[in-house]
Amino acid sequence: MEDLNFQHRARARAGGTRQSAIVGVVASGNLEVLVERSLPDADCALEIKTAAVGFGEVWSAVIDDFVERYSPGGLKFSINDGGARPDTVSLRLAQAVRLIEGNGQ
Amino acid sequence: MSVIEKTAAVVTPSEARQSADAAAQIERREGAKVMTSWQTGRAARDARIAAGAGLAHGKIVEAKDATRLLEAVIRPGDRVCLEGDNQKQADLLSRALLAVDLSRVKDLHMVQSGVVLPEHLDLFDRGVAKRLDYAYSGPQSARIARMLFGGKIELGAVHTYLELFARYFIDLTPHVALIAAVSADREGNLYTGPNTEDTPTVVEATAFKDGVVIAQVNEIVEKVPRVDIPADRVQFIVESDKPFFVEPLFTRDPAAITEGQILTAMLAIKGIYAPYGVQRLNHGIGFSTAAIELLLPTFGERLGLKGLIATHFALNPHPALIPAIESGWVRQIHSFGSEVGMDEYIRARSDVYFTGPDGSLRSNRAFCQTAGLYACDMFIGSTLQIDLQGNSSTVTTSRIAGFGGAPNMGADARGRRHPSEPWLKAGAEADPDSPAPLRRGRKLVVQIGETFGDKNVPLFVEKLEAIELAEKLKLELAPVMIYGDDVTHIVTEEGLANLLLCRTAQEREQAIRGVAGYTDVGRRRDRNMVACLRERGVIRRPEDLGINPLDADRSLLAARSIKDLVRWSGGLYSPPSKFRNW
Repeated sequence: MEDLNFQHRARARAGGTRQSAIVGVVASGNLEVLVERSLPDADCALEIKTAAVGFGEVWSAVIDDFVERYSPGGLKFSINDGGARPDTVSLRLAQAVRLIEGNGQ
Repeated sequence: MSVIEKTAAVVTPSEARQSADAAAQIERREGAKVMTSWQTGRAARDARIAAGAGLAHGKIVEAKDATRLLEAVIRPGDRVCLEGDNQKQADLLSRALLAVDLSRVKDLHMVQSGVVLPEHLDLFDRGVAKRLDYAYSGPQSARIARMLFGGKIELGAVHTYLELFARYFIDLTPHVALIAAVSADREGNLYTGPNTEDTPTVVEATAFKDGVVIAQVNEIVEKVPRVDIPADRVQFIVESDKPFFVEPLFTRDPAAITEGQILTAMLAIKGIYAPYGVQRLNHGIGFSTAAIELLLPTFGERLGLKGLIATHFALNPHPALIPAIESGWVRQIHSFGSEVGMDEYIRARSDVYFTGPDGSLRSNRAFCQTAGLYACDMFIGSTLQIDLQGNSSTVTTSRIAGFGGAPNMGADARGRRHPSEPWLKAGAEADPDSPAPLRRGRKLVVQIGETFGDKNVPLFVEKLEAIELAEKLKLELAPVMIYGDDVTHIVTEEGLANLLLCRTAQEREQAIRGVAGYTDVGRRRDRNMVACLRERGVIRRPEDLGINPLDADRSLLAARSIKDLVRWSGGLYSPPSKFRNW
């Protein structure tokens, strides 16, 4: 196991009013993302517990692109990763933002 | 010329033990009065048949005598084709050959397209066989690599199917062919069933060049359902106590298709199938192309593409194509082989498949490979490694899976002369400056896959492991599946690269890096150049094609399980037990 933490400044606050959302599952090659609206509007934080050790650089690249693209201001992400591929991580993060920006559905 | 012919009639039993090659060495001297013959091959064949005849009633030999038959017919050093196809295996004859007395049969040169059964390699461990020319070794890929490194196998070459078949008629003609069929009548007429595969090609080369054909059959019947191989090309028949082995190679469980594969499939349909209007094509066997097959009746239908794309296939009977067939997308399919469980469905859909007068599928690998090479406008398939020039390989340093048919499907046929819209459009993109009447078209050769494969292994590499392997084994050629100059497009979840539009090696490299995602190759991209290629439409992202990655959902699949496929088929598809979980 490895713990990784990333803090980012976001261009804008994430839309919607929903307070939290969860997507994905903890399984081999998959991941679970819990997202909570608990930070100041310009901040974004990600706490990752991953089964795959030594991929910090790839996580950093994936998260840079994600923050740039979705501007998830005010959101804190807690991630349990079962060794998912980077493209799966990108997809789950994007799904988490879509869910929390939705109208409580 | 004073030539005294030595005919078959005067071949003595001791001469019958000589190999055909030895017989061929009878002196031929210009102008001299020597014993010579132009029919030594025929004489040797007749001697082989005579030697085996003692074990046969008519042409029929009992299974328990199979090894003795092979000892009688096969000579040391012979070229032997032990029918190992992509799917169908002459397994009884493999076991019989493995058990021969090494003082009578040894050092064989095996010429067979598929090295699939453990027995195929046991032959080399035991010394029955020495040299190997083959095309595909899927399930044995790890062991064959170990044996090549260990010097147990003297390797001729790894071929494509068509290439090996071609050599059967030029310099690798078998002395003996050991083949598999479903049934035989007492004359020796064979019914090969839906998995005809390589049999007609193997028999053609062997029977018409003084070779001996021995068939294992599941049963001997009064009248075969149809004649796939005429009796006069078959010398011996062995009835097997159980049906020959067939592997279900083309069944992909829709339940295992990922969102990433669905996204790449959407990009391929909207970014390649639609703009080029690809109607005639071949699909690889991976999950990404299975996803395409399952998206045609949903995503494809919404795009209004029915009838405009994916109408004619060179393809095995993929169960994943059932929903598209049932929805009226597919007009015609010619097949290399068959697929376990598809027999009844195929019989009931003879408008789509090639079937015999008996109603069952007639496949033929040589013809279907030719069809894929010359009459299809696109090949789309997966691979294990792609380098910066676009060369791709399924070989890694510990596995040599061979080529099978992909290099024939995934290659521009330089002998092609008939025009079609996708072929001309691709040719124009590659070479916009030549005058149209003199410009070659181009086949679309598409590599599709996720940037990371199983166990997070990257699809993109700086150097193919195939090159390392070639160095270690001292091969003159690295085993490259599809050469970079034949590849026209690469599709990953990050986007689509159109290599036809690249004008320099540097552009090509950056186009590949630009869709290589978070692999090392992808992260070492020149961001400015990639942005520039995207502006020119060389690279297209999902959003450039109006596709939201979040829409890549499993609910888009026309069937989400094997059971769904059975339902689509109206109960005609009968999946093998390993795919049943209900």
